[in-house]
Amino acid sequence: MRPTLQNAGSPAGTSVPATTASPRGPRGDAVSRRPSTAHRWAALAFIAPLLAYLVIFYAYPLYRNVELSLHDYTPRAFVQGNADFVGFTNFLDVVSSQAFGLAIRNTLVFTLVSILAQYTIGLALAVFFYRNFRLSGVLRAMFLIPWLLPLIVSASTWSWMLNSDSGIVNSVLGAFGIGQINWLTSPQWALTSVIIANIWLGIPFNLVILYAGLQNIPAELYEAASLDGADAWQQFRRITLPLLRPVSAITILLGLIYTLKVVDVVWIMTSGGPGNASTTLAIWSYRRAFGTGQPDFSQAAAVGNLLIVIALVFGFVYLHLQRRQERS
Amino acid sequence: MKRPESPLRTAATFAAVAVCAATAACSSSSDDAGTTESSDTYTWWDPYPQHDDTSEWAQRVAACGDEAGVTIERTAYDTTALTNQALLSAQEGTAPDIILLDNPAVSTLADTGMLTTMDEFGLDTTAMDENLLAAGVVDGEAYGVPIGANTLAIYYNQDILADAGVDPAAITDWASLTAALESVTAAGHKGITFAGIGTEEGSFQFLPWFWGAGADLRQLDSPEAVEALELWTGWLDEEYAPNSVITNSQNTVWEEFLTGTFAFAENGTWQVNSAAEADFPTGVIALPARDGGVAPTPTGGEFITAPVQNDTGRYEVTTQIVECMTTPEGLVETATTFAYYIPPTQEGQEALVADQAELEPWVDAVRNAKGRTSDDLGTDYPLISEALWTAVQNALSGAMSADEALQQAQADADAATS
Repeated sequence: MRPTLQNAGSPAGTSVPATTASPRGPRGDAVSRRPSTAHRWAALAFIAPLLAYLVIFYAYPLYRNVELSLHDYTPRAFVQGNADFVGFTNFLDVVSSQAFGLAIRNTLVFTLVSILAQYTIGLALAVFFYRNFRLSGVLRAMFLIPWLLPLIVSASTWSWMLNSDSGIVNSVLGAFGIGQINWLTSPQWALTSVIIANIWLGIPFNLVILYAGLQNIPAELYEAASLDGADAWQQFRRITLPLLRPVSAITILLGLIYTLKVVDVVWIMTSGGPGNASTTLAIWSYRRAFGTGQPDFSQAAAVGNLLIVIALVFGFVYLHLQRRQERS
Repeated sequence: MKRPESPLRTAATFAAVAVCAATAACSSSSDDAGTTESSDTYTWWDPYPQHDDTSEWAQRVAACGDEAGVTIERTAYDTTALTNQALLSAQEGTAPDIILLDNPAVSTLADTGMLTTMDEFGLDTTAMDENLLAAGVVDGEAYGVPIGANTLAIYYNQDILADAGVDPAAITDWASLTAALESVTAAGHKGITFAGIGTEEGSFQFLPWFWGAGADLRQLDSPEAVEALELWTGWLDEEYAPNSVITNSQNTVWEEFLTGTFAFAENGTWQVNSAAEADFPTGVIALPARDGGVAPTPTGGEFITAPVQNDTGRYEVTTQIVECMTTPEGLVETATTFAYYIPPTQEGQEALVADQAELEPWVDAVRNAKGRTSDDLGTDYPLISEALWTAVQNALSGAMSADEALQQAQADADAATS
């Protein structure tokens, strides 16, 4: 019999030093120091791939992003690797920039309106498709199309449809006597246009997750409610919404994080323009790094770090709400 | 007795081992590491992903490799991606032997120290037209040679002009152009289309008007600059130009022109072939300056550059390849087989015109053209250009007046370049 295997297999053994671990084990006294070192090696060998993965793909990029934002990486410094340490200057530049207020406002409007509309429409569709009817499967599948299309295709299609002079949207509106709306080229409409496209893109995600959530609600509850004389609206408010709350919370949180960092749709449709009218923080960061002839990686990283902080705040809010829910 | 090793350090060792295993980065055996491959394979990057390995262009590159007795491994990137890839590769010390760079990027990359000067490299640049070479010159040193140049002019639709009774030869200044636009729109046609997109293309297309008014890139809010921008906003207000120019790229402009509904389009040498194949007869006029004459247009086109290598022995072959690409015959071949580049040397230009007389207006235009990074702007140009295209966007979209937009642009450019 080999006690070593038993110890190595337990996850607790991996982090607890051998000296304190030995009294706990029933055969602790019998285990000499030598095999316990071997345990630790074996244990570490098991978690090493995970640690390596985390360090290479999570910790290092994050560290590098912070490092970029605290130095002044001009293209020259980037190549020669001798960027000056400038502390929080990049952050100060970003925050005091004329575009910052607008970018924050745009990011908030873009994110909140997108999430709200995606969730509401997604939930409405999920409830609609929950009553299985003929062709409901086919129709539901069709709602997934925005998800399946490559983003470059759907965003380009949207920008064609919204073209001021030859877009289909304006020609339909024109048929009803509504004059030309410069969807993508006027500062009043540009943000609205990209929000509309982004809502369309996000509906399938909400639909799928909420639909799955609906199927976990026991049908008996609805039966009981209807016996008690609850109408459809009451059933929705008193049964569906409360029981869907955990699923809703995670859907909204994920949507929030996805939406905060959306670059592609906006970039393809307006490049954040005209001027800065549809510039969000993510677009701003992308533009600083890749949108001009003179990459400014440091400022781009600073904006990126701000985004991470914002996402983190929402993540904590979610955790807090979840914990409160568990307690109650 | 041995002290127990800290679990953290052990983990780090394991992590390092895992990395080695995953990437083979610390492989100690070099017997099969392909040392032979690098000595007779030369790497070449260019911004022409539209030309695949079977294209004439790729074959021409390969032929120059054969001539030098080596194999050229060609990789094509999109123009902006190419600059970023070049920076990354220079940082990692894996820069290719040759990069064909869009000309405004040359000074930026030269500033990083990743490019060799043509002097070090042993290439004679005296035959090159000075105005074309200027984009690659930083502090008096040339960091590349143009493999060809292109620039902008106005294409027109002969059918529409005939219908509206407009004589293209009479368009010699802004006033006559605006009058022509009035005539064609009065005749029920669309006027002019151009690219006002918020990228380098937007600045590229605006510069002929900006320079044609006598404005200077160091002074974006001068009255001349305001006048140039007001010319554009005026066209939008009068509906001589569609509102969509604000998001138009140069490709979109061309697509719009090819529909046959527009009288004029501002576009480049690279559309010569396409214009000849259009469903309607087309013509070309030079971009007019405000008070008559030809406006200076910005030069487009790529420079052939040689990034610094650790193994300087490679330069000899690289020079042979570059020379093969830039002989007068080579330049004409580039010009005719590919993208309609006007050769950057007088000898090459004469040979090209002898071959294809219809290109003469373009040769003239290229000779009068001006590098965007010229006038010692160098690495400041991209920053100024960003401020400029933002001003164009703000003014065209009506968010600001031309005056306000350019004042803000000057303030932004000052802040960025100081």
